[in-house]
Amino acid sequence: MGMITELRNSINRTLGRLFADADQKRIGIYGPPNAGKTTLANRIARDWTGDAVGPESQIPHETRKTRRKENVEIERDGKTVDIDIVDTPGVTTKVDYEEFMDHDMEEEDAIRRSREATEGVAEAMHWLREDVDGVLYVLDSTEDPFTQVNTMLVGIIESRDLPVLILANKTDLEASNVKRIGDAFPQHRMLSMSALEGDNMDEVYDAIAETFG
Amino acid sequence: MRQREGVQIDLISAERMAELPSMEKVSLILDGVHEGKIVVLEDGLSPDEESRLIERTMSQISPDEFNGIEIETYPRSNAGDAGFLDRLMGRTSTSKLTVVGPANQIETLHKDETVISALVSRN
Repeated sequence: MGMITELRNSINRTLGRLFADADQKRIGIYGPPNAGKTTLANRIARDWTGDAVGPESQIPHETRKTRRKENVEIERDGKTVDIDIVDTPGVTTKVDYEEFMDHDMEEEDAIRRSREATEGVAEAMHWLREDVDGVLYVLDSTEDPFTQVNTMLVGIIESRDLPVLILANKTDLEASNVKRIGDAFPQHRMLSMSALEGDNMDEVYDAIAETFG
Repeated sequence: MRQREGVQIDLISAERMAELPSMEKVSLILDGVHEGKIVVLEDGLSPDEESRLIERTMSQISPDEFNGIEIETYPRSNAGDAGFLDRLMGRTSTSKLTVVGPANQIETLHKDETVISALVSRN
């Protein structure tokens, strides 16, 4: 992206924030690749607007560009919480195109996907520093949460004093271990859910309203 | 020409890093990693600097040349017990030890409560 384009986008974002509804919060959905971020974004968007945000996939880095769903009104206890959902690419410190070829992808497609993925992760980091008011941090509860990427990202979120909910996703899977997620981040409120099956979403919406409302 | 074998490890003191602006710290780390070095920071990076390190790393990834980085940090307690690098550098610190290396050369980078262990391949 050219410097002038980047400057113009930055000015537009700043102006957008200045003139946006003061009560409307921009909530970023962050987490490592394949945690179920887009599945959650789609679940929230479908439940409250009827539309989806983007395609879901088992292949890592399906989401390679930050996507927004604006004006999602979540109603809880007679009150309405108005948020913009920002679905971000899974954050990582490395991208190897050859790993995409393990998913039956041709080399040219794999290289293009890896390039798009790296741009997407960089964009997600930029958004985290500049453009979100709160974070839904999504983790695959069948995976070990004690990773450096998780530690760094939660540290970045904490350093910016952003309100955050830790969401232990994929509880529909047998290997799910919600306690391990809670043990990894005891300083934050954690909820379990299956974004795919819609399990425990009422509690998640209550928590979103309480945390970001 | 015979390819040079071995892996270079740079131990960078807190003092050296403290005098650099954030983006120069990130450049110092990534320049070293691009050269195949393992970079060990006595004082780690701030969360903001870590986010910039990830962002800059992503912008430098290139197929068949650079796959990104492996990174582990080791938070130190405030208990006052000096770690091995403290003793090596002759000072005490409450900051976090950080190890960064090239993803395509680090086979595993593992951390437990007291040790960061890196298995590095020679290219």
